[in-house]
Amino acid sequence: MNFFSKLYYKLRKMWKAIQLYLVIAGPGIVVMVADNDAGGITTYAATGAKYGYHLIWFLLLLIPAAYYVQEMTVRLGAVTKRGLAEAIFDGFGATWGWFSLVDLMLVNWLTLVTEFIGMTAALNIFGVPSWLTVTGVVLLMAIIVLNGRYWTWEKIALLFCALNLIYIPGAFMVNPSVSDILKHGLIPNFPGGFNGQLFFFLMANIGTTIAPWMLFFQQSAVVDKGMQEKDIPWGKFDTLLGSALTVVVAIFIVIVTGTILNGTDIESAGQAAEHLMQTDRYVGTFMAIGLFDAGLLGAICISLASSWAFGEIFGWAHSLNQNIKQAPWFYASYFFTLITSGLVVLIPGAPLVLITLFVQVIAVTLLPAALVFLILLLNDRHTMGDYCNGVWQNLIGGFIVVAIVVLSSLYGISVMFPNLFQ
Amino acid sequence: MRASLKRLFHKIEEINHRYREPRIAMSRRVKAGLLFLRIYLLLLVCLMVYKFILLLN
Repeated sequence: MNFFSKLYYKLRKMWKAIQLYLVIAGPGIVVMVADNDAGGITTYAATGAKYGYHLIWFLLLLIPAAYYVQEMTVRLGAVTKRGLAEAIFDGFGATWGWFSLVDLMLVNWLTLVTEFIGMTAALNIFGVPSWLTVTGVVLLMAIIVLNGRYWTWEKIALLFCALNLIYIPGAFMVNPSVSDILKHGLIPNFPGGFNGQLFFFLMANIGTTIAPWMLFFQQSAVVDKGMQEKDIPWGKFDTLLGSALTVVVAIFIVIVTGTILNGTDIESAGQAAEHLMQTDRYVGTFMAIGLFDAGLLGAICISLASSWAFGEIFGWAHSLNQNIKQAPWFYASYFFTLITSGLVVLIPGAPLVLITLFVQVIAVTLLPAALVFLILLLNDRHTMGDYCNGVWQNLIGGFIVVAIVVLSSLYGISVMFPNLFQ
Repeated sequence: MRASLKRLFHKIEEINHRYREPRIAMSRRVKAGLLFLRIYLLLLVCLMVYKFILLLN
């Protein structure tokens, strides 16, 4: 009897913990899964097609890297109750603040264009014209944000996150060799030796896993959700789960393209989907649906990151919990960013490839800055109190930040000067 | 239009005034971090300008 009562008590406690987590869950998972945006899907598809399963071990290393960077935004947001843009203005003055804000706006707008490129390419495969995709996406996103509640927006975003898992059944459908995955994928190795091309792929994978908008987005989402200091452990768990989920999805994309397109040079996820269609219609369809979903999820989050940052600095009402009458500028900037970036894709002969490359270059100017500011803010004991970075957190976080700064900078430079690492 | 622009500039001035002084204590570590950023960004801007000149040529 005693055993059963103890078991009942433990199960009840566990159920309550799950219920509590479900209330807190959201920002971490949404931001991490949205990180697998159109650009991310292209990078993972190209990695699998080029190197097969050989770089899966490297993707696994990105779980702690993404977690340690993003969990800092959870602590900073929950303690200061302000977004990263406002925290930078407040902490480092107006000059650094404007630099971060303008850079964020630019990189977010350009990234949004790449999301639209991905979405239109995905639906073009099914014969949907680009103008219809852009119109449909803008309308859908208007419906999602105009309901006037953060909670509803978040749950819809989580639904799209779930759709991102479509690559998992896709990977099972191509019948990959599990022994090959374990043998080639989990043991660290550099296929073909450590040459410039491989280095470029490693950097691209890091560059797509940790993006500047993610830092701003998650911190603002934590604030908009109203998370408190006591919620930080759950917020961290949410981020860890999201980090693992995003890498798992990335690995399954690598498995799909690594099994069917191994040894092929892929330039875009749309191209990968078309190639896959020729081999297996269903897997190709999954890839295209996944690409559209990734672009949509990325667009939902990135446009919000910009509007939140603007609202914080200009003192406008900037919450999804407020309707369009209460926060007109918040929604105006949201739709302005969204519509203008969507229109770029529709311009005949628009330099879309150049825009995609330019995103990476601009992102490397903002990412190191945002990461350095983040580390310095997390070391401000006056503001952070008990949630200030400890020695180990600084060592781990510092190492990851330095590695990301160096590698993402080299990636940006290699985008500008492609022959440098050949 | 002019009134809106005037309001915007006024708002920017207000923001500049509000965040005139960095609130964070300028310890040696913070100064080193910001110096690193300045050098890094300067290098990157130089690279971009160089690339732009190459493209023009």
